[in-house]
Amino acid sequence: MDNLLLLFQAPPLALQLLIDGVLIGAVFALAAYGMALVWGVMNIINVCQGEFVILGGYVALHAVRAGVPALLGVPAAAIVLFAVGWIAYRAVIFRVVERDLFISLLATYGLSILLGQLMSLGFGANLESFDPGFGSWFLFDGVVTIAKVKVVAALVTLVIAALLVAFMRRSRLGQAIRATAQNARAARILGVDTDRIYAMTYALNAAICGAAGALVMMIWVIQPFGGLIYTVRSFMIVVLAGLGNLPGVIVAALGLGAAEQFVAFILNPQLQIAFVFSALVVILAFRSWRLRRHRRYLA
Amino acid sequence: MTTRRLGSAALATAILGLGLYGGALAPARADDTITLGAPVSQTGIYATSGMHTANGYDFAIDKVNAMGGVKVGDKTYKLAIKYYDDESVATRSAELTERLVNQDGLKFILGPYGSPTTIAMAPIVEKLQVPMIEANGASRSLFTKGYKYTFAVLSTSDQYLSSAIDLIAEKAKEAGKDPKDIRLALAMGDDSFSQDVRAGIVEAAKKYGMQTVIDDKLPDAFTDMSVTLTKVKALKPDVLLVSGHEKGALTAAKQIADQKIGVPMVAMTHCDSADIIGQVGAAAEYTLCASQWASSLTYKDKWFGSAADYAKAFQAKYGHEPPYQAAESSAAVLAYVDAFERAGTLDPQKVRDAIAATDIDTFYGHIRFDPTGKNIAKPTVMLQVIKGQYQVVAPSQWATEKVVYPRPQ
Repeated sequence: MDNLLLLFQAPPLALQLLIDGVLIGAVFALAAYGMALVWGVMNIINVCQGEFVILGGYVALHAVRAGVPALLGVPAAAIVLFAVGWIAYRAVIFRVVERDLFISLLATYGLSILLGQLMSLGFGANLESFDPGFGSWFLFDGVVTIAKVKVVAALVTLVIAALLVAFMRRSRLGQAIRATAQNARAARILGVDTDRIYAMTYALNAAICGAAGALVMMIWVIQPFGGLIYTVRSFMIVVLAGLGNLPGVIVAALGLGAAEQFVAFILNPQLQIAFVFSALVVILAFRSWRLRRHRRYLA
Repeated sequence: MTTRRLGSAALATAILGLGLYGGALAPARADDTITLGAPVSQTGIYATSGMHTANGYDFAIDKVNAMGGVKVGDKTYKLAIKYYDDESVATRSAELTERLVNQDGLKFILGPYGSPTTIAMAPIVEKLQVPMIEANGASRSLFTKGYKYTFAVLSTSDQYLSSAIDLIAEKAKEAGKDPKDIRLALAMGDDSFSQDVRAGIVEAAKKYGMQTVIDDKLPDAFTDMSVTLTKVKALKPDVLLVSGHEKGALTAAKQIADQKIGVPMVAMTHCDSADIIGQVGAAAEYTLCASQWASSLTYKDKWFGSAADYAKAFQAKYGHEPPYQAAESSAAVLAYVDAFERAGTLDPQKVRDAIAATDIDTFYGHIRFDPTGKNIAKPTVMLQVIKGQYQVVAPSQWATEKVVYPRPQ
C-alpha cells in the first residue's frame, strides 16, 4: 500500500501511469480490432493473431534495416501481411470458415505453430528490436517521461482506426463485409461473393496485425515465439468490448492498458495478468446479470 | 480453385521443409562414435539461449574430433550429439531424456538450456542411472536434492548478481557512506532462475543491512516494464537489479534509455546473449552484466588454448563473440571428454565416478565438482559495458577496467 500513498504524494506519477497505459493499450487495440473483425464476420477466433503481429514486426524490421524510414515500415508490414493473410485464407481458413468453432480454433492454432516455427527458421530465434531514435518528452521535471515512439504508435493506431471506420461505412467492400457479418446467406442471395469477402476480411485482419507488429517492434522487442501474449490480450479486449464495435474495442483496450499499469504499480507486476482475468470474470458475470434482468423485464 | 490448390501446395511444402530440417538434425551413429544426448530448446522462450547452447556443444565436439577424438582405453572414438527440441517446456525435456536413453540407447546426457528444464531432467537421469553434465541449469535447487548423476560446470544462479551488491557496498564505503543506507530496486522474472538470482541478492543485501525499496516480479509474458521504472523514478534507489533472461535484459536496457532512468547503478543478467550493445547501442553504456565467463579471463586448456583463443575461433565460425552460454556448453563437453579418458571405459557407472573426480583446467575455468554435483572451483564475473565493449570490472584480479560508478547521466 506504500505505493498507493506514493501516488497521492506525487500525482504526476499517476499521470505517467495513465499515459503509459493508454499508449500501450492503443497498440493492443489494433490487434484486437482485427480479431473482432474476423470473429464477427467469419465466426473464427483467430488464434494466430499474435504470430501475424510478430511477423509484421519482422517485415518492418527488415524493411527498416534495408533503409526504409521507420514509419514506412508500418505500411510495408501491412502490405506484406495482407498477402500472407490472403494465402493463409486460400490454403487453410476457407476450409474451416462456416464450420464448427472448435475446428477453426484448431486450424488457426496450427497456423500459429507453423508461423512461429517458420519465423524461427527464417529470422533466427534471437530477440530483435529497433530504436527509431525519436527520443522522449520530459514533463514535471522529468517525473513524467513520454517516449515519442509510443505517441507515434498511438497516433498511427488512431489513423488506422479512422480509415477502417470510413472504409467499413462508405466503401462497397466495407458494406459487403458488414452485410456478410449480418447474414452470410442473405448476402450471398443478393449477389455478394462471400468467399471473396471472407478472404478480404482475413487478409485485412492480417494487415492490421502487421501494422501493429511494426509498432511493437519499435516500442518493445520481438521474438518468433512471442506472439501468444498479443492473441490473449486481443481476445480479452474483444470479449470486454463485444463484437462489431470498433469504438468499444478502442475504449476497452485503452482502459485495460491503464488499469493494468495501476494494478502493477500499486500491487506488483506479477498480478497484472491475474487482474486482467479477474476483471474479465467480473465483467462477464455483470453482463449476464444485466441480460437476465433485461429478459425478466420483457417477460 | 487453382489458387486454393496452389495455397495448399505452398503450405505442404513448408511443412515438408520443416520435417526435412528435423531429419537432418539426427546424426548417423557408428561403433566408433560416442553419441551424447541433448534435449535443447530450438523453439519457445529459450530458443535464443538454446541456440547458443547447441553452438557451444557443436563447437567443442568439432574441436575434439578434429584433434583426433577421445581415447577410451586403447580405442579412439569420435563424438556426436543427438539433439531433440524440448520446445522450452520442462515436461518435454524430461520425456525426451527418457527417449534418448530408453529408445535411442544413449548412455550420456548433456544438459538442456535453462533451470526449469534441467530441474525436470535431473530426477530422470537419476532413475535411469546415466550421468548428465549440464552447463545451463544454475538453479540452487538442483544441488539440494542429493542427486548423484547431475553435474554442473557453471556457478549457481544465486551468485549472479550478489557480486553487484558487494560492488556497491565497496563503492559506498569508498564514498564514506554506510552500506546500510543503500536502497535496492529488484525487477526479477517470475521463473526459477530469476527467483534464485533474487535469493542470492537478498542474502547478500542482508549481510550489509541494505534496504529493498522495490521488489517487483515480472510475469513470464511481460512485454513492458515501464511500471517498475516509474517506481524507480519515484523512489530513487541506488541500484536497479534486473533478471529476466534475454527479454528482461533487452526490455530493461531499451526502456531505461527511453524513460531516462537516472539510477547510479544498473546490473542485469543475460546482457551479452541478448546483445544489448548491438540492439540498443549507446543506451547500454555502463550497464553491469553478470557473467559466468569472459574471454579476457586467464584460463587455459589443451583443446582450445586460452579463453581468448576460444573466443577468436568461435567468432571465426559463428560470426559473433561467444556468449557465456556457449562457452559453458563447450566446457561441459570437455568435462565428458576428460572423464571418458580417465574412466578408460564407456560403462555409465564408471564414467559417472570419473566425472565426480573431475579436476581439470579448461578455457572456461577450473572444473571440480562438490558432492552435490556443482562446480565450486570457478567464480562468476561482473562485466560492464564501457565504450561499447564488455569489460571485466570484478573480481579485481581479472579486472580489465575500473568500474564506472555512478553511471554518468
